[in-house]
Amino acid sequence: MTQNAELQDLYQELILDHARSPRNFGRLNNPTHAAEGINPLCGDKLKLYLTIDSDQRVNEICFEGSGCAISMASASLLTETVSSLSVTEAEAVIKSVTTRLTHGSAVIQNEKLYALDGVRKYPMRVKCATLAWHALRAALGNHHTPATTE
Amino acid sequence: MNRAQQSSDFGSAVARCRKDFPALGQKVNGHTLTYLDSAASAQQPSAVIDSVARYQREDHANVHRGVHTLSARATEAYEAARDKLCNFINAASRSEIVLTSGTTESVNLVAQSFCRPRIGPGDQILITHLEHHSNIVPWQIVCEQTGAELVVAPIDDAGQVELEPMFELMTQSVRLLSLGHVSNALGTINPLRQIIDQAQKREIPVLVDGAQGVPHMVVDVQQLGCDFYAFSGHKMCGPTGTGVLYGRESLLDEMPPYQGGGDMILEVSFDGTVYNDLPYKFEAGTPNISGVIGHGAAVDYLQALGMQNIQDHEMALHAYMVSELVKVDGIRLIGTAEKQASVQSFMLDDIHPHDLGTILDQQGVAIRTGHHCAMPLMQRLGLPGTARASLGLYNNRGDIDRLTAALEKTRQIFG
Repeated sequence: MTQNAELQDLYQELILDHARSPRNFGRLNNPTHAAEGINPLCGDKLKLYLTIDSDQRVNEICFEGSGCAISMASASLLTETVSSLSVTEAEAVIKSVTTRLTHGSAVIQNEKLYALDGVRKYPMRVKCATLAWHALRAALGNHHTPATTE
Repeated sequence: MNRAQQSSDFGSAVARCRKDFPALGQKVNGHTLTYLDSAASAQQPSAVIDSVARYQREDHANVHRGVHTLSARATEAYEAARDKLCNFINAASRSEIVLTSGTTESVNLVAQSFCRPRIGPGDQILITHLEHHSNIVPWQIVCEQTGAELVVAPIDDAGQVELEPMFELMTQSVRLLSLGHVSNALGTINPLRQIIDQAQKREIPVLVDGAQGVPHMVVDVQQLGCDFYAFSGHKMCGPTGTGVLYGRESLLDEMPPYQGGGDMILEVSFDGTVYNDLPYKFEAGTPNISGVIGHGAAVDYLQALGMQNIQDHEMALHAYMVSELVKVDGIRLIGTAEKQASVQSFMLDDIHPHDLGTILDQQGVAIRTGHHCAMPLMQRLGLPGTARASLGLYNNRGDIDRLTAALEKTRQIFG
């Protein structure tokens, strides 16, 4: 594959679109769960807010923060994916996404997330893509310390 | 043709030195390597690489210990490097050259051995808003240990220390001023002579973080008048894990050791220990012998080219880089000090520096992106980080042209 094609694989239109216009961007006033994600290498920083209702389902989710196109797009796609899933389902998605980004082969329920595959060729950037997912894991676990990529 | 043009790409030995650096001959991601990250770590010439290899093949033994031939050879080469480093910054005596693992250790040594025993609540350490984390955190630690306070001199929007406010902060409570020679993130060259003059009037000792100074200009610690000067080998074409703390002999003499161990003692008994003379009092344990020898070889290499020639070449190339960068649509230069070393930070449109770094790397262009270990400075500038191109003696106009071409391509991808 030519480099141009490889780069376009990383920065495909779906990624750039989500980076430019992140979905569910903002904060919730009364979240039941929240967590911060920090990537000290890049300075990517985001905060996830969720409300989880009594039957353990994600009712609302949004995020705010700043970072590179990969981290912002990944967070945006995360909110789309996880919205209305049960906590158990969300945990399964976290596992399949992080496995796919770091080891390469897991199947993911939301096909849009395959747009993040390009990052696997750029080991320095994998953490940008996984940041939001680490934060989600922390939020669901009600961890009060910030999730980091380290 | 003016002098600057002449020394940038034509004529001078500096302009021809690129071939001495084997790493620069390679292709990266199918493109000629364009290495613009010397402020993070400079490439090494064959002379340095060979000196380290020769020591390891032929002369390796511990220093200052054995009576056998290899130990004598190792000691001789190690101590010869100290002499070269002493001469390189024009220290008054080799006793003033403490060999460390790098600038960071040098700064920590001053924090713990100079400051910690003599400061307490009510005292202050003064730094500037430009500093690298290695010139912030050691002071935060010693302040926490002693109850002293860390005070930060402000900078203007161009990235220059505001001198009058800084002089006002130089009160009787200030027990040390520590500042960079050159900002690693923005390239600002601090007016050290002027600042040190003011500090001396108030009898405030001064530590200069010279990590980004020594690779790019003639440094004369006696002429500067600083009390301490810290720098690293790997920023000046030497190996990693080596560095120097220059300290005024009278101050080093008063300071307790930084670490205990072998080599830093004259006599040890369980009743007490007599410390070694300077500079060995501060060099506990087996040092980075091969690295120090390589650092000495780097001094030989740079001095043969001439630090003034290197500075002229880099300044002319920096001016060319700035003139070409501003032609790229969407470029915003960050750090526009009147006096700048061969470092330039910038932003391109609203593209995050890390996306920029990845796309440039795919075109063989190595730059640094991020906060440059200067998070408080980035906060002051209101930026998550910047892209930074930093030049070394081996760069040329072709490197700059490849940088700007790669930036144009980035704009296409991000549309």
